[in-house]
Amino acid sequence: MSTTLLISIISTAVVYAATVLYAAVGEIFSQRAGIMNLGLEGIMLMGAVSGYMVAVYRQNLVLAMLVVILVGAALGLVFSFLTVTMQADQTVSGMAMLTFGTGLSGFLGKGVSGVNANLAFEPIAIPGLSRIPILGPSLFNQNILVYLIYVIIPLSMIYLYKTRPGMILRALGENPAALDSAGYNVFALRYAYVTFGSIMTAVSGAVVSLAYTNFWSDGMTSGKGWIAVALVVFSAWNPLTATFGALLFGAISIIGIDVQTVFPQVPSQVFSALPYVATIIALIFTTGNFRGRRSAAPAALTIPYDREKR
Amino acid sequence: MIRNLRFRKRTSVSISRRILTPIIFVLLAFVFCGFLLAAVGSDPFAVYARMMKTVCSYSGLTRSIEAGIPLMLTGLAVSFGYRMNLNNIGADGQYALGSLFCIGFALYGPVMPAPLKILCMFLVSMLGGALAALIAAFPKAKWGVNETILTMMLNYIFLYVMDFLMYGPWKERNQMVAQTRAIREKYWLPDLGDSGINSVLLIVIAIAILLYFFHTRTTWGYEMEVIRQSPRAAQYAGMSVAKATLLVLCASGAIAGLAGFAQVAGIIHRVQANLPNGAGYTGIVIAFLAGLNPIVVLLVGFLFGALQISAVAVQLIGVPSQVAAMIQGTIMLFVVAGEFFNRYELVGRKK
Amino acid sequence: MKKEIDPVLQMRHITKTFGSVTANRDVDLSVYPGEIHALLGENGAGKSTLMNILTGIYRPDGGEIWYKGQKRDIHSPKDAVALGIGMVHQHFRLIPTLTVAENVYLYSGKKSFFLNRDKMEKEIRECSEQYNLQVAPEAYVWQLSVGEQQRVEIIKLLNQGAEVLILDEPSAVLTPQEAQSMFDTLRKMADSGKAVIVISHKMNEVMKNADRITVLKNGRVEDTMPASEADVERLTRGIVGVRTLPEHDKEQPSPEEPAQAGQQPSPEEPAQAGQQPSPEEPAQAGQQISPEEPAQGAQQTSTAMEEEKKHMCGEEIFFMEGVSAQNDRGLPALKKISLSVRAGEIFGIAGVAGNGQRELSEVIAGLRPVTEGRVLLAGKDLSKATVKQHILEGIAFIPEDRLQTGLVPELTFTENIILKSYETDRYSRRGILQKQNMRSDAEEYAGRFDIRHGGLDLPVGLMSGGNQQKLLFAREVSGDPRLITATYPVRGLDIGAAESIRGILREQSRKGAAVIFISEELEEIFAMCDRVGVLCDGELMGIRTIGETDFQEIGRMMSGEREETK
Repeated sequence: MSTTLLISIISTAVVYAATVLYAAVGEIFSQRAGIMNLGLEGIMLMGAVSGYMVAVYRQNLVLAMLVVILVGAALGLVFSFLTVTMQADQTVSGMAMLTFGTGLSGFLGKGVSGVNANLAFEPIAIPGLSRIPILGPSLFNQNILVYLIYVIIPLSMIYLYKTRPGMILRALGENPAALDSAGYNVFALRYAYVTFGSIMTAVSGAVVSLAYTNFWSDGMTSGKGWIAVALVVFSAWNPLTATFGALLFGAISIIGIDVQTVFPQVPSQVFSALPYVATIIALIFTTGNFRGRRSAAPAALTIPYDREKR
Repeated sequence: MIRNLRFRKRTSVSISRRILTPIIFVLLAFVFCGFLLAAVGSDPFAVYARMMKTVCSYSGLTRSIEAGIPLMLTGLAVSFGYRMNLNNIGADGQYALGSLFCIGFALYGPVMPAPLKILCMFLVSMLGGALAALIAAFPKAKWGVNETILTMMLNYIFLYVMDFLMYGPWKERNQMVAQTRAIREKYWLPDLGDSGINSVLLIVIAIAILLYFFHTRTTWGYEMEVIRQSPRAAQYAGMSVAKATLLVLCASGAIAGLAGFAQVAGIIHRVQANLPNGAGYTGIVIAFLAGLNPIVVLLVGFLFGALQISAVAVQLIGVPSQVAAMIQGTIMLFVVAGEFFNRYELVGRKK
Repeated sequence: MKKEIDPVLQMRHITKTFGSVTANRDVDLSVYPGEIHALLGENGAGKSTLMNILTGIYRPDGGEIWYKGQKRDIHSPKDAVALGIGMVHQHFRLIPTLTVAENVYLYSGKKSFFLNRDKMEKEIRECSEQYNLQVAPEAYVWQLSVGEQQRVEIIKLLNQGAEVLILDEPSAVLTPQEAQSMFDTLRKMADSGKAVIVISHKMNEVMKNADRITVLKNGRVEDTMPASEADVERLTRGIVGVRTLPEHDKEQPSPEEPAQAGQQPSPEEPAQAGQQPSPEEPAQAGQQISPEEPAQGAQQTSTAMEEEKKHMCGEEIFFMEGVSAQNDRGLPALKKISLSVRAGEIFGIAGVAGNGQRELSEVIAGLRPVTEGRVLLAGKDLSKATVKQHILEGIAFIPEDRLQTGLVPELTFTENIILKSYETDRYSRRGILQKQNMRSDAEEYAGRFDIRHGGLDLPVGLMSGGNQQKLLFAREVSGDPRLITATYPVRGLDIGAAESIRGILREQSRKGAAVIFISEELEEIFAMCDRVGVLCDGELMGIRTIGETDFQEIGRMMSGEREETK
């Protein structure tokens, strides 16, 4: 394999990973808190369109990201209100969020659909590091949102496993009643993590529209929200594993295109479907109730916390 | 003041409340969307008037039914699963596989007399849907793997299968659109007289009535209800929860698969890329709005069909057609929130 | 000598009502540092409510709490913890996926952002060495035994700086050995100056391990005394009042059914609001609104207990031959159980709860696979049979958890009566439910067993516990079963309902059914049964004929002492 091809595979996989990892990490936190948000695709689209609109109309990327974060926070609060306060069914709420985000983003984005913003997060080569053979150009000649995810992944791992709030989060999705009795505010914590997850998801959308494809069209995230959900499960709720999963999924998608030129008889859809197949297999192995195994899924996932029910 | 108020779980919900609450929240959703429309410079009254006008015309009515039929079927499919606490959110994929089985059999299957052929199409589309669900049902029944995520992942897999066939071997020749060719006219289900409504609607209604009867009058319906309410009691009574899970999920998939049959035999007579177009997800909300009652699912499905039809019409006055999805999503959000008031009531704190 | 020290904690004139039920009335309680103070009483006597008030879960309607000489208001569990009052609940509040150290630190007041595992684990090790609470700090809680989990709960309290420790029925889930070592630990804590309150309903355990005993009855303090002055008679008088003590004499036949209908105090108001005096109040800081767990059928059995001699048993129809089975965690729960029961015989199973009773009953009902040995009913091997086959063979089963397992609370009376027979011709014709038959049978059951239901089309979850149990029995005995397994059938029931339930069991045994009667109450077993087998740690310690044994012997067997003779 030629060096340039290798670089292009790694670099594409990294960018692809960044588009889904923000959402995946956010959803890991949200599900660790016990709330499954299946509306990621809708929230991602809202993030993508709001960021792109600001980029088109205001020509300001910082402002764009601020708006994206606000939109993500607003949707996150709505979703927490439904699932935490109203104790609504999380699947149904997720579907509502999905439809709402998809519809509203399409509706709002009509004006910027196909419009070129002439503004995007451009790759910045990191002096020194970008000189490393192969890894340099592929890992360290990226845009700032990709660099940011390099930081977010280790930070999220440290947070989850080495800090006190992270320990509380791990407990939150397992036994909220125990936390409540220890004096923690289960409702506030769930609001916080669901909203955080939603913000991250909106940022994921902005990565797509402002750093990956650099345009807006209706439904442009094309299933990346679901890939993020898949990653959460695939990784057994662990951000680091999710990173490897995202790189793997990214590599599959890029390799798929190359393989097609060599073996045209293999349909491209096979590669598109592979992440989902991999997730199903991973899901069965990590959460299947085989003898003597514990499911990796948070025990209280999708169960609304109701104080009156003990 | 506020501190003295709290929510209390209702012990019973009156029928009028059960009907009124969603209606109020649907209206609120329209008000909310009105503000959104106004915010982007459209006149909400004009838009809503246009939508009403479209739906209230006769052709609008028939097209709403046409658009509603797949939604009714996915709604029925999802509510059937929910009746045993099974979250089948894979109705999209099951619909897709059902339609592929159906069109495959119609186009490439043996030639036979029309009634027999249509019957077989009916059966193979159910088979397709059931098979799609089986892949999720088996790990669920055997190892307790979460069916929500399984069915969700399978959606994409079957949609890619569909994609492959639509752009690949089954694509209609000399056409830009990724779709199969139409099935022969003699295999079409007839319209009801000259009403413009296809007779497949009768099949859908019959299925809904059958399901209603199934839930309320049969031992299998009873068994499902026991398992739904208390899996432990079900085990104690000697019911096999795993077997029921397998059967119910597959049946749910079969019903979703019928949406493919309805399209191929009754409505568009062919299969297009991404035919389900999210009908499976909409079906979840329809099932929820209908309170899992199969008869009500028909009504709600029709209303969602009407919403989609009317949204296409408002494009003519310069409003993006995505307004349908937006209103649909808003309605869902509002009604989901409104359900809380069916389960809880606001009361003063007791001394 | 304790009188010279000031009490660390005083509860004065505490009153608490839930609706029309008074859970605590004018209760005074003083607890001194360095003592183990036992709260003794039946279920519903108000012990848990009192402790829930102390830990801030409930607010008292009247009265004061004085802690270290100061009057305090305890609004929430947080307040209680801040003062140094902590409680180990019956249902542990542990996070299985966290380690022991993490679970402890979830509750500690320390607010450092990063976790210092080494330091955490070291602290726990020190604490466990000091009080002999052996548990590995780095182990995950899901890997621990119940006894170890209890130790984690205690360490949690100590780590929070608790000076008053409350334990709710701590020995209920322990083996006798574990219980003893737990009490040794509590003694060490008391010796180091802490005050320990133990809620219990076991007289022996309390007399042996406590310093002082307060007896609650009907929400009032009935008696309080140093343990040295306590004896069974005095405690019993306190617990059950002036009721006469039961006479454990099988030789006194009283063949006729007693005047049970007459003495039925019928607090079992017809359905609706009925059920347990479950407090509606969500109690501010909420969680665990466990209203006096209706567990452990109280000693109320005493008076109404009448004996019956039944030596006219038939032939042996039910056999277990070297049966072993596992519990839900895959650990051995039954070890080579062998027994046989005759038709018409009532066979008691005695033992501390959690020693394999549940597993045994589930094996008999076919709900739990047999890993070894054979189960035979009338010569037919049922060890591999399905639940359905067991039902068809005529095995009736009253599960421990009657409302969630034996009944479906959300379904109606009518729907619940067909739970096991919905596929029979009477209720199903080609898969269509026969609603008229269901209805007429429901009416018949309600009349015959005097079940007050408030409406045959209302969810049975709304009925009172006694009526639920009667419904369950009505359904289970309707097919004239050959074998009935009843697990703690009168737990949490009032006297009237409990007596009807016993009456039904006796009647069935007269009709020739073999009955396996699982209970914790020896009085009840001695009054009801012909023979008794004792379970301890999954083993059958021995089988005795009721007339030929006594409490002491059975008690020794319950605590794991091997039989030497017979």
